[in-house]
Formats: sequence, C-alpha cells, structure tokens
Amino acid sequence: MLGKLDWSAIPFDQPIPLIAGAVVLVGILAVLTWVVVKGHLPYLWHEWITSVDHKRIGVMYILLASVMLLRGGSDAIMMRIQQAIAYQSQGYLPPEHYNQIFSAHGTIMIFFVAMPFVIGLMNLVVPLQLGVRDVAFPTLNSVGFWLTATGALLVNLSLVIGEFARTGWLAFPPLSELSYSPGVGVDYYAWSLQISGVGTLVAGINLVTTVLKLRTKGMNYLRMPMFCWTTLASNLLIVAAFPILTATLAMLLLDRYLGFHFFTNEAGGNVMMFMNLIWAWGHPEVYILVLPAFGIFSEVVSTFSGKALFGYRSMVLATMAICVISFMVWLHHFFTMGAGPDVNAIFGIASMIIAVPTGVKIYNWLFTMYGGRIRFATPMLWAVGFMVTFILGGLTGVLVAVPPADFMLHNSMFLVAHFHNVIIGGVLFGAFAGFEYWFPKAFGFRLDERWGKLAFWFTFTGFYITFVPLYVAGMLGMTRRMQHYDVAEWRPWMIVAAVGMAVLSIGVICQIMQLVVSIRNREALRDRTGDPWDARSLEWATSSPPPVFNFAFHPDVRGEDAYWDMKIHARQQSLEHEELEYHDIEMPRNSPTGFVCAFFATIMGFALIWHIWWMVILGGIGAFATFVVFAWRDHDEYVIPAAEVAAIDRFNLEERRSLVSMAGVI
Amino acid sequence: MNLLDPQGPVAAANSTILIDSVFIMLAIVVPTIFAILAFAFWFRASNPKARFQPDFVYSGRVEMVVWAIPALTVVLLGGVAWIGSHQLDPAARVPGTGSPVRIQAVSLDWKWLFIYPDQRVAAVNALTVPAGAELNIQLTSSSVMNVFFIPQLGSMIYTMNGMVTKLNLRADNEGKLQGLSAHFSGDGFPDMMFDVNVISPLSFPDWVANTAKTGSVLNEDSYKKLMQQGVEKGKPTYRLADPRLFDLIATQHIPPGPGPELVSDAGRPHSGGVDAR
Repeated sequence: MLGKLDWSAIPFDQPIPLIAGAVVLVGILAVLTWVVVKGHLPYLWHEWITSVDHKRIGVMYILLASVMLLRGGSDAIMMRIQQAIAYQSQGYLPPEHYNQIFSAHGTIMIFFVAMPFVIGLMNLVVPLQLGVRDVAFPTLNSVGFWLTATGALLVNLSLVIGEFARTGWLAFPPLSELSYSPGVGVDYYAWSLQISGVGTLVAGINLVTTVLKLRTKGMNYLRMPMFCWTTLASNLLIVAAFPILTATLAMLLLDRYLGFHFFTNEAGGNVMMFMNLIWAWGHPEVYILVLPAFGIFSEVVSTFSGKALFGYRSMVLATMAICVISFMVWLHHFFTMGAGPDVNAIFGIASMIIAVPTGVKIYNWLFTMYGGRIRFATPMLWAVGFMVTFILGGLTGVLVAVPPADFMLHNSMFLVAHFHNVIIGGVLFGAFAGFEYWFPKAFGFRLDERWGKLAFWFTFTGFYITFVPLYVAGMLGMTRRMQHYDVAEWRPWMIVAAVGMAVLSIGVICQIMQLVVSIRNREALRDRTGDPWDARSLEWATSSPPPVFNFAFHPDVRGEDAYWDMKIHARQQSLEHEELEYHDIEMPRNSPTGFVCAFFATIMGFALIWHIWWMVILGGIGAFATFVVFAWRDHDEYVIPAAEVAAIDRFNLEERRSLVSMAGVI
Repeated sequence: MNLLDPQGPVAAANSTILIDSVFIMLAIVVPTIFAILAFAFWFRASNPKARFQPDFVYSGRVEMVVWAIPALTVVLLGGVAWIGSHQLDPAARVPGTGSPVRIQAVSLDWKWLFIYPDQRVAAVNALTVPAGAELNIQLTSSSVMNVFFIPQLGSMIYTMNGMVTKLNLRADNEGKLQGLSAHFSGDGFPDMMFDVNVISPLSFPDWVANTAKTGSVLNEDSYKKLMQQGVEKGKPTYRLADPRLFDLIATQHIPPGPGPELVSDAGRPHSGGVDAR
C-alpha cells in the first residue's frame, strides 16, 4: 500500500534533522495558522498563489530562493563546524549525515537558491525593461514557479522522511546506482531535480520568447538594456542545456527503477558517459547563473556612475560569445580521467578562451566608471566588491583550466574555493545587488542603506576569511568532502574558515535586519517617483510598484537607455501637460493551474520516490487533467477599463511630475 | 602534503606550471584590481576634482586594448597548457634510474590495494617504492570511482571499474609521503588515505623479500573478502598467488564489489562504513 515507506523512514535516532524538521514544521504551521486566523488566505490565493503577473511570480521566486538560502547556509555552517573539529576524531556528524549535508548543500544552493533568484529577478524586471505588460506565457510562468517550489519541497521533505542523496550534488554513478546507494536519497535528488527541471525549462522558453517576440515600439535588439541581453543568453542556455540534465537523470532513474544499465558497472554501462552528459549540462549551467548577474552589474554600474554602459555593443558580443563557447568546455571537469593530451589541451584552451569575453566585460565596467559620478549606494558596493572578487575567481579558474595544474588541484579544496569564489562573488553578489537595486521597484520603498552596507561589508570580508583558507588547504593537498582527517597542517585553515563562516552569517543576519528595519520604516523610505536611483532603463519609467498592466501606454523607444532619453526630453520640453487618451487594457486572468499542477506533481514525486504506484498514477492523472482543464478554458483575459487605467496612471504621473520638475531645475 | 614541496619530477613540473600560470595572470590581474579601486575612488560623486565625462561611452582604441589584453594572456597560457598537457601526460613514461617498477593499484571500498605483479607481493594502504625508479602504475577500481593522488609526487588519475587508467611517477627522495583518494566514494572515503614509503633502491629487494615471506596470501578468495565495504586501519601485506589478479579485476572476471548490506527495505540502509568504525 505504501511502497517502501514505513516508520523506519523517520530518523528517530538522529536528533539534528529531527529537531530541525520539527522547528521548520512548527514555523510553517504557525505561519499557516496566522494566515488563516487573520483571514489572509483569500488575499494570498487571489493575489499571489494563482497570480500570473510576472512581477508577483518574480517576487515569489526570490522569496523561495531566500528561504532556501537559509537552509543551504545552515548546511554550510554545519560542514564548516564539522571540518573545524573533525581532526583525528569523528566530529559531531557521522558520515551518513555529513555526506547528505554536502550533497544537499550543493543541490540546494544551485537549483533552489541561485536558479530561482536569478529567474525571479529576470521575471520581475525583463518585461518592464522591454516596455511590455507581461511575459509571453503568463500561466506557464506560474507553472514553472510552482514546479520549482515542488522540487524544493521534496528536498526538504527528505530531511525528515527518509534521507537525501549521500553522493555529492551531481550523484556520480556507480556510487549513485542502486547497488551502492540502495536508499531513497538518490531518488529524492533525482525526482526533485526532474520536476523542478521542467519548471526551469518552462521558465527558459518563456523568457526567450518574451525577449524575442515582445518588445515595445522601437526597442530593437541593439537598444535592449544589457540585462535583457544576458537574460536572452542565459535562457537560450537553459533551453539548450536543461534537456540534457533531464535525459541524464532519466537514464539514471531507469537504471535504478527498471534495471537498465546506462551507468552501471555491469552489462556494458559506462560511468564516463554520465560524467560527459552531466557536465555538458553542468558547465553551461554555470553561465546560466552568472550571465544574468553580469547583466545586473551592467545596469548597476551604469546607473550609479551616471553614464551609459561603456562599449555596449562589445558587451553584447561578449555575452553571446560566452553563451556559445560555454557549450564547448565541459571536459575540463575531468581532465584527470585519462583522456589523451590532445583532448585535454584543446578543452583547456577552450576554457581559457571564455575568459576573454569575461575579461572584456570587467574592463567595460571599469571604463563605465571612468569619467563617471559614482554614488556608492548599496548595489554599487556589491558591484565593486564583485569586480574585485570575481577577477580572483577568474584567475583561479583559468589556473585549473591548465591541465597539468588541474592534475594537482582537481577535486581539491582549492577547487571548492574557486567555484565558491565565482558563485558567491559573481552570482550571489549579483543577486544581492539586483535585490537592493530593484526592491524599490517591486515594493515601492527603498531598503535601509545602513543595514545594507553592513551586510555588504560582513559578507565581503566573511567571504575572504572563509575561502582564502580553503585555497590554502587545497595547496596543502586537502581534497573535498572529507568527513574527518588526520593531517595536522590542514587543521588551522579549517578553523579560520569556520570563523569566516561566522562572519558570513552576520552578513546574512544584517540582510534580514535590513528587510525588517526597511519594512518598519517604509513610509519614510517610500519611493513616489518610480525612479529612486536616477536610472536609465524603462522599468523606472513606471510607478513603484508598477500597476498590474506595467505601462498605460507602450513606451516609444528611440535609442539605448530609453528612460534616460525620456527624462532629458521631458526636461527640455519643460514637462508640458498633454491630455492623454486612455484605452482599455486586456490582461491575462489569474489561474490556479500552476499551483494545482504542482500539487499533483508533489504527490507524484513523493510516490515515485517511495514506490507507491497507485499514488503515482493518481498524481500523474491529476497533473495531466489540470492541463486539460486549462487547455479548454473559455476566457483567459479580463479587461481593465480605460477609466481605471486613466485614474491609476494620472495619479502616478502627477506624483512623478511634481518630483521631476523639482529635480529638473538642477 | 604541500603541493609546492614536490618530491618527484612530475610534481615539480606540475607545480612549476601552476606557479608560472599564476604569475602570468597576476601581471594583468593586479593592475586591473588596482584600476578598479582607483577609478571607483577617484570618480566618487563627492570628488569635485574628477572630470565628469558622461559621453565617454565608446572608444575604439580602448575596445581594442581590452579585447587584446585577455586574448594575449590566453595565447600565452594556451601555449603553456598545450605543451604542459603533452609533456605531463599521465600515460607518458618518466625515465628513472634502475629498472622500472610496475604497480597495479585497485581502489576498494574503502582502502587501496597495491599489487606488485613482478615481485609477486601486494599491500593495503601502504605503497612502498624505491627512490629514483620509474613507477609504471596501472589503476582500476573494484566498485565505485576514486582518484589516486599523492600530492607531493604529482598528477592524479581516476580509477574506474572495468577500465584501466595509466599513471607514471617517480619519487626522488627517500622518506614518507601521504596519498589519498580525491573523489568521493562513500561513507569510508576519508579513511582512504595511504602511506607512501620511499625507500632506497638497495633496500627495496629486502622489503620485497620480507613481504613475500611474512605476508598472508592474496588470491581471488582473500581479495573478495578484502573488497567488502569497510575501513582498514592496519596496513596488511600479502604474497601474491596469481600475478594476473589485476587483470581479472579489471576485466570484471571478478565481479564488482558489492554495495552495502541491506538491513531493511526502507529508505535508510545502515551501510558497512558505520559498522566498520
């Protein structure tokens, strides 16, 4: 009846996950009770859960990423403490627990923090920057988000029901095959990634279509803000790379569920094929994450320097070059597998070539600052911190692209330090910069600068105190994923890294404090202009937060930095009050399709993990039926009458005019 | 285990390339970081002396330079990578003094087995080699993937079941080094550290003779016991019954090692590693 599921699946003998799980459960129940008792449920259902508004979905993506960042961060803290104390002892985490933690940390940070964070920002901002009213497929957008949430839910469920993978975040066979990992851990891993992978693919298709097909008047490709270009590149990579991941995991699952032999030791299975396939997805994935961050920094550096982006066309070229080359370098993840010197050298050089467009980007940001008037608001601090940190990450990255150097550094703590250097220094700093930069747009008030700057400085220094020691440990021969060790010379570095982790945690606390303080002081921090940073692209041309239809009129774009031109234009024409003629606007209706579909997908995923076949069928039929019902819908749009549009827009315009005319004197 | 304290020619060459590459890159990275900080500081909004040039948004010359700098660096490093990959191919021989020593390494769950087919001895978790001799190492795995790595001797290489990888090394100085597995392989993974005893070429035959005399026998049966999941704290040595043992493992005539013993069908099997401690 319940497949493999019985009481032994609950880890009563392991206090840490049990207590953690209980705390989370109590927290969730408390929030739910509060929501129901206070009567917020209808609001949540109508305005958020069933919303197909790209801004709301973007916010929900970022919320999911933030919550999962705390989970992944807790894993990181546990690992750093374990390695600080597990010298000539077992530490406090037994291997079966420690191994789950580092596997979960990697999986969560990549798939459920970095991905939803950047996808959330793209969702929130790109339609606004393009001057349009929504993404190409609004309901699909909601489906994508909720399927991602399903994946995150399944990963967290493994904390208290069963176990998570103990194989590392890429679940290399044959270790991840049934004979060596008979538990449900790898199944939790694979099914949560399969389900959230569908969500990511859907989001990718949606954003590619949006950028290619939905642009306002005059917004041709070479007038798009840099963030739209990096969004295009990143989502093209998603569309091309995620099917590889899905296929690879499908093969692994066939091995595990139906006795196939794709990657087994026996019957002609080939583990090296898994390595190739997973990295054929895995390397583009790195660029899927970092390209949007590059876009964010381009916007931030240009806005806060008070200049257009230097070498815009060169940046576009560099972005698309990275997009293409990132598919040709995957083999550098396993130089040490014994491929011949020709193969190694060619892939090594290809990997270095990627550093060229990346270097060009750094220099173009540098020259954007040159001759600027730089305001060091929090997003700009993140941007400068990123430039310095990312160059060092790039240096160590090119270093491990040299095969003979990689022969000594592969899988070492040096490598761990390197990829955290680029993912924290690149993606996370970018996500934080984007969060600070676009928060006023999403919610209508700014974030507190003092706490924001504190968060930056603690995170920035904490990062170096944590990861420089890991570089050193790697140079001392330490490899990754050690639950305990007996080598005395590694110990001091592990202790310093644990201290750094504490500093990083203070950074995260400051970030939370910033949010709390800003929400409390929101009236004082209110942004009535819609343009708090004196910025340049179209998202700032509408109010903060934007009305559901984003723009009452599709903006007419006449060059790069569309909104900057409008501002200059408006000042020159001394803000004449022309009477505008408003029209009805049709917007997509909210739909519970995404939520219901994800609900059934969760049931199906859980049942697949535990071999509860009747429930698999139930979940599968439910998810499919949801789509069928949606496909037979009669109305999918509703009309906002011209009078209402006019009322909203006139109010916003008045607010803006009064402020612009004050500022326009300058 | 300092990578910058090499004890053999391969490690020395690896670390030379490592250091050279870092310095080539530092030559552009340091000035760039300096420029970032300097520009950010000088062009701050509160500095009245900085000239505001909002129209400086394109310069063909600057573009040429910024594409050329990383491109030239990559040309230089690409050369290093190409030459280095060929000279330091793990499969390429590393000439030494005296006759080469053939070693066959097998990664087990979770220990290392070193077979000396010519000397007909074998050892677990301790690799004994003569200083200065060429070491021809063949590697395979009894079950999951591992990576064979002696940091101070250089180049690491994967071990995979049903496949043989090749690695050539040389240890120049007598002494004790440490090796490890550099690819996660399960619960007992951190205990896959092994000793590397580099002894004088003159005492190597004595070591072989002693091992052959005192060791128990390694044949298919004792190997199958050895490949059960578990951690080996000691360093047992063996007399090798059949010099073809490695081939039998690599060609899967001896089937791959079993995984954890299942105690229940439920989600959380208690694997060998836990019991082994």
